Amino acid sequence: MKKLEVRKNAYYDSVTLMTISKEVKKLDGVREALVGMGTDLNRDLVVSTGLKTDEFDAVTSNDFFIAAECESEEVFDAVVKKVDELLTKKSEKSKSDYFPPTLDGALRIEPDINVAIISVPGRFAAGVAQDCLNHGVNVMLFSDNVTLEEEKALKEYAVSKELLMMGPDCGTAMINGVPLAFANVIRHGDIGMVSASGTGSQEVSTIIDQLGCGISQMLGTGGRDLKKDIGGLMMKQCLDALIHDDETKIITLVSKPPAAEVAAEILKQAAEGGKPTVVCFIGGDPKLIEQYGLIPAVSLEDAAHKAVALSRGQTPVVFDSFDMGRENAEKFAKQETDKMAPGQKYVRGLYTGGTICDEAMKLMIGDLGHIYSNIPLSPEDRLENARKGPSKQDTFLDFGDDEFTVGRPHPMIDPSLRAERVVDEAKDPEVAIIQVDCVIGYGSHPDPAADLSDSIRQARELAQAEGRYLSVVATICGTDADPQGKAASRKKLEDAGAIVLPSNAQATRFTQLMLKNLRG
Amino acid sequence: MSKINELFRKKIAVVNFGIESFYQDQVSQGNTAVHIDWKPIAGGDKKVAAKLMQLKEPSLLEKITAANQEALKRILAARPVLVGMGIAGELIPGMTEKTILHAGPPVTWDRMCAPQRGAVMGGLIYEGLAKDLKEAEALAASGEITFDPCHHHHTVGPMSGVVTYHMPVWHIVNKAFNYDAFCTLNEGLGKVLRFGACDQEVIDRLRRMEKEYYPVYREALERHGEIDMKVMIAQALQMGDECHNRNKAATSLLIREIAADIYRTNFPLDQQEAALRFLNNNDHTFLNLSMPVCKSTMDPIFGIPYCTVVATMARNGTDFGIRVAGLGEDQWFTAPAEYVKGLFFPGFSEEDANPDLGDSCITETTGIGGFCMAASPAIVQFVGGQVQDAVNYSTRMFEITVGEGNAYKIPTLDFRGSATGIDVMKVIETGIRPIINTGIAHKDYGVGQVGAGLVNPPEDCFKKAIVACADAWA
Repeated sequence: MKKLEVRKNAYYDSVTLMTISKEVKKLDGVREALVGMGTDLNRDLVVSTGLKTDEFDAVTSNDFFIAAECESEEVFDAVVKKVDELLTKKSEKSKSDYFPPTLDGALRIEPDINVAIISVPGRFAAGVAQDCLNHGVNVMLFSDNVTLEEEKALKEYAVSKELLMMGPDCGTAMINGVPLAFANVIRHGDIGMVSASGTGSQEVSTIIDQLGCGISQMLGTGGRDLKKDIGGLMMKQCLDALIHDDETKIITLVSKPPAAEVAAEILKQAAEGGKPTVVCFIGGDPKLIEQYGLIPAVSLEDAAHKAVALSRGQTPVVFDSFDMGRENAEKFAKQETDKMAPGQKYVRGLYTGGTICDEAMKLMIGDLGHIYSNIPLSPEDRLENARKGPSKQDTFLDFGDDEFTVGRPHPMIDPSLRAERVVDEAKDPEVAIIQVDCVIGYGSHPDPAADLSDSIRQARELAQAEGRYLSVVATICGTDADPQGKAASRKKLEDAGAIVLPSNAQATRFTQLMLKNLRG
Repeated sequence: MSKINELFRKKIAVVNFGIESFYQDQVSQGNTAVHIDWKPIAGGDKKVAAKLMQLKEPSLLEKITAANQEALKRILAARPVLVGMGIAGELIPGMTEKTILHAGPPVTWDRMCAPQRGAVMGGLIYEGLAKDLKEAEALAASGEITFDPCHHHHTVGPMSGVVTYHMPVWHIVNKAFNYDAFCTLNEGLGKVLRFGACDQEVIDRLRRMEKEYYPVYREALERHGEIDMKVMIAQALQMGDECHNRNKAATSLLIREIAADIYRTNFPLDQQEAALRFLNNNDHTFLNLSMPVCKSTMDPIFGIPYCTVVATMARNGTDFGIRVAGLGEDQWFTAPAEYVKGLFFPGFSEEDANPDLGDSCITETTGIGGFCMAASPAIVQFVGGQVQDAVNYSTRMFEITVGEGNAYKIPTLDFRGSATGIDVMKVIETGIRPIINTGIAHKDYGVGQVGAGLVNPPEDCFKKAIVACADAWA
């Protein structure tokens, strides 16, 4: 039986509700359940999950609903009871902290507030951000689905007031050593970063930390800042701040290749700033960067190595090898591929971090020609229905892309969908390698390696039972000082049989070595 | 040095909207952080949110803030005193023999809820304009009777709020602004006119009030002289009243004040006793004083340009209406009245209830009633039984008001002044609606009160008001 309960004009935030949906689905006798606000998105979900009843038509976006298909009325009552229990549990837990409803209320409690982290639904995000800017509060906007017009207006206002307007879709920053949202514990140093990409920042900063250097400031702009429409407003603003920051000696810029005119302006500004600057336009042409006397990087890892060299007063050289050395890597790759069955030839990349997924594809596309993806490098390689449908030949999936985050938290917070997919891919007899990331640090799941290692173990056993050998290549983006700990995470993955490489670029190169062996 | 470079030298203090774990991460690192219990502005209505943003444009916001401070100043400066009693037709401006005042925003006979119709019919019989209900109904529908909100005549009325020409009324004057306000005598609980009861028993009581009790009170008050109402309410709040749904302490204080004067009137002892017992037997006697006190406190804020403070909240059992100080007395923003959630008297249930009714929420508008629920643990059963709930209701109201009271204070909140001056902008921004303690009328006329509980004004009233503010000033 399908049943619906509606509560008019009750608002709960979607993350809470998604967690609750997940919990109630575990109750005995519940076939499917969805707890949410009646947004368009959730309405579609109710239809697609087959939970729709006639009464559902009256639900509006301001209504809270519980829809479930269960064995009996009693089970549905149990669902409602559980939902209420989980909803009130939260309020009891937070009773000691008073959560004011508005920024004004927050400023009464803490008048020195200077940074806002905003992750409310996109359609409300610009309003919240503008209110913060009006109060002179710098903004880090993690929400997506903010329009270009809204983004432009916010950034123009922020620039006029000399404020940061990082985002939309900016998930990573570190100001004065404080990690904001998705960020790692990085030692303090003299390398200042501005990045249009969240996991890009995390990858570069964690490698810098691993190499023994540190970060002065790490600022974000959001992925669209360097498009022509926005014109790099925030990249320029941040760059200017780093140029004038005494603690910053080296500057590192990270972005997908910008619009040409925007690139020219940024590079000119960086060149005139006079500080040694490493530029990583992931997959972009290094010549333009060199023309301005700046240092191009071939990968995120390379950017970190070059910044570290500059910080130490050394001449930066390209790093495109392995920490273990190329020979060892080749030997190791051969050991892996020798164990594989005939017919195993494809790689499946399953990522929670969008930028490092993109980087992996860009590093490999020259060898492979086609990589099918929900974030394809060229339009003809788009994998339709990536969430529900099968992968195709060499496939890389970004689980943080819209299709996968409908009705769910970001995969760095809830990596369960990706974990399920690891097992699914192992069933395909043509799959030789599964490549995964594991992003730790603040903001991320409390222990992403635990979930992931379970599914790696399952996947490898499954392949083995069918006479195949599955190689799982992993990279951990994080540091030992992170709450989850890089070493602890690494141990979990290795115990499950994964090969853990020190960077995304090295993991990708290792996969390339194996594919070369398999395909000749 | 740019402001961003200045930021690099400051201690980071974070405010977090959305995913709560980002806040917990800051707390776990020992950083300064505040999490917002965020809800979409105006419940997600983008058009209304945009209007709010227009009003928050800095130069306009400055004017609004100054205007709202002026309103708060006037509210706090009010000096309401009880000056005496009189007959509605003689004291209330614009009153005629065929005028019937009613609670809430304007409403026509055909849209009036049953309890209000019942009270109107009872009122017409009481005035001798109709001899029975049938005649009264025909007269009410004939167009001969002028219906007008109490609020348009310096008057407030609980529940149906029906005031007719010959009814005796309390006379309050806000001495700080020389402003008059009036309200009838409270009839008591149960089957009474204000809840729509209109049989002979009700009419007989109204007659006794006019002919027997009122003359005693009037003379007693003349002997006594003015009574400071603000002090009396302030004391009652310390004695467990919130002066809307609980008026036991305040009623006692009033009787203590005038008992000796009643004794010294020239009326027969029996009549004095009956008059005194009538006040004393009704715990809600004082409601009809706290209401005009609040009315006289709030009306002087009308006409402050750019003021977004709510000057009036009132309901007629069909619509809930609010008026905003800066938009003047002529503009009501209405929406269908909601149902009261609460406790029902034995034998009644939600099915029997009429939607929210009466002018009595002028008390909340002024910062008492539901806004002082924490001062009144005795009525806490209406809010689910826990004292903490009452404290929370009162505390949340500070998020939607301009300031705090200087006389009306709440002991359980360490004598903090109650939340005062509801700001339409804050209601829209926070999604927190004012909380109102109130009685519940039966949906049919003639039955009376069936329960009491809590209710909010509909959000649409505030949405319409914010749109009008933006259209007028932005």
